[in-house]
Amino acid sequence: MSRSIDPVADADASATSGRPPIARGAGFSTTATCSARRTILQFFRTPQVLVMGTVQGAMFLVMFRYVFGGAIRTGGELSYVNFLVPGFLTTIVLWTGMSAASGVAEDAATGVHDRLRSLPIPRVAVVVGRALADTGLTTWGLFVTGILSFLIGFRPAGSVVHVAAGFVLIIVAGFAFSWVFILIGLVGGNAQAAQGLSMLVIPFSFISSANVPVQSMPGWLQPFAANQPVSVVINAVRSLMQGGPARVGIGHTTAYWVAAALIWCAVLVVVFAPLCARRFARTH
Amino acid sequence: MDPIIEARGLTKRYGDVAALDGLDLVAESGCLTALLGPNGAGKTTFVSAVATLLRPDEGDLRVAGIDAFSHPKEIRKVIGLAGQYASVEPAMTGTENLVLVARLFGADRREAEVAAASILDRLGLTDAGDRLVRTYSGGMRRRLDLGASLVGRPRLLLLDEPTTGLDPRSRSELWDAIRSLVADGTDVLMTTQYLEEADQLAKHVVIVDHGRVIASGTPESLKSQVGKDVVEVRPGDPSDISVVVEVLASVGVEEPRVDPDTHRVSVPVEVGAEELTRVVLELTRRQVHFDDIGLRRPTLDEVFLGLTGKPIDPDGTEA
Repeated sequence: MSRSIDPVADADASATSGRPPIARGAGFSTTATCSARRTILQFFRTPQVLVMGTVQGAMFLVMFRYVFGGAIRTGGELSYVNFLVPGFLTTIVLWTGMSAASGVAEDAATGVHDRLRSLPIPRVAVVVGRALADTGLTTWGLFVTGILSFLIGFRPAGSVVHVAAGFVLIIVAGFAFSWVFILIGLVGGNAQAAQGLSMLVIPFSFISSANVPVQSMPGWLQPFAANQPVSVVINAVRSLMQGGPARVGIGHTTAYWVAAALIWCAVLVVVFAPLCARRFARTH
Repeated sequence: MDPIIEARGLTKRYGDVAALDGLDLVAESGCLTALLGPNGAGKTTFVSAVATLLRPDEGDLRVAGIDAFSHPKEIRKVIGLAGQYASVEPAMTGTENLVLVARLFGADRREAEVAAASILDRLGLTDAGDRLVRTYSGGMRRRLDLGASLVGRPRLLLLDEPTTGLDPRSRSELWDAIRSLVADGTDVLMTTQYLEEADQLAKHVVIVDHGRVIASGTPESLKSQVGKDVVEVRPGDPSDISVVVEVLASVGVEEPRVDPDTHRVSVPVEVGAEELTRVVLELTRRQVHFDDIGLRRPTLDEVFLGLTGKPIDPDGTEA
């Protein structure tokens, strides 16, 4: 073996002898894995973040179901809990994204990005790792909130395969939307600013088909509410989980909504991933 | 041996402000070079340029003989950067942080673990290696951050104000760590606002202001050039100030300065220890009591005053 495998002896020797440093630089997958692992550990080992991120969603679900549930008519054949859950599970994507935006901004402000950008690694892999980690965190949120949903009376009418497909679609959307939030974090500069910017997603969460039927909104709001990407994903997930658009109270077919949702996801990735990569990798 | 850093006419503008304004700097290999200057002088901008984080608008920059503009990736293999903040992850242990950075430098898992253990040992952090970094003190975090910039065994270490915000004990621990690195042959470029820090660690000091080098040399040559040692006296009775001024004027190379708030009288002198002795004898002879007397290094303020004839620009941002 030509290359030394004793970094301890080498660490001291190389400096004095002028031998080349060990730095070869990590490849794409190692870099992405390291970046993702850091984000995941940060989440699960920071109690405030773990508890807030997990309990907050659960709390809102229980409140919507029991506080608003009695007053809201779903427009289709569904009870409110069966209407609400698919929409609510989808909006986890947005809540995960908001904390991602402030996490990314925090890393930019505290010099983590400068350190990473000074290393011999493909810079793009750092943001890819972040997006994968956020997708993982969305999956965690789905897992916890999904269990809670069944406990408070969610009973999907769709087949097991369709329900599973609904979950997978949310995870795909989680990946796609994470790029939007990473960009917000990179542009925001500091955690507060990024948090503020990402508040802009609240309209996407509430002016959507997530919590109430779009038909119950005033006419001028309906075109946005019905066609914005979050609603499209929700319609697809709800149709998958609850046995078709007709039962859910919307038009078209399940396949139509799934296709539309996937197209939206693809558009978000195609537009925002390169913007994130460019922003992170730029030498300004 | 080639210089480790060679910068010629580096210029970087942000709107109307020139963060670097034709900066020329050559840092020799085999020592620590300190970049000394007030806030906004362009120190961090220069370090960022060397670390390939930003690209100057004009000029030439070679690091370890490599052209920074055409081959930034090669430079990233030979540098280690510790920025102004300890950018280690609080939710990971010391060992995990170092392994992470070592992996990014290209070490495999085993190499990374061995390198992390050796760095922890070297920085006196072995016992804390398995603790989450959020339980570390500020000084420990800074040392770990220094370690993170070392695991790739860089030829050139870049330290941006490494001791800002540290208490004196943590500061001297970090100084020791930096000294031992330099002794082992790592080249270091360090920025600092403290003259004492540059004096303690650097063989070569470069003073920058408004994005330009205004003086450079060994700490000794700079001091003899601009900031001589200062004799400072605080009389026990403020009414003795005029006598003290008279005595100090007889040994000083400039007019003594009186601080009206602290009643301290100070004057730069040529040969510190001898002049101090003369001052003590003379004051004793004239039966002037003093609370405090001493010989101290000139402050950065005084060096600037000597070099530029004006005090440090308080906001430091004017170009």
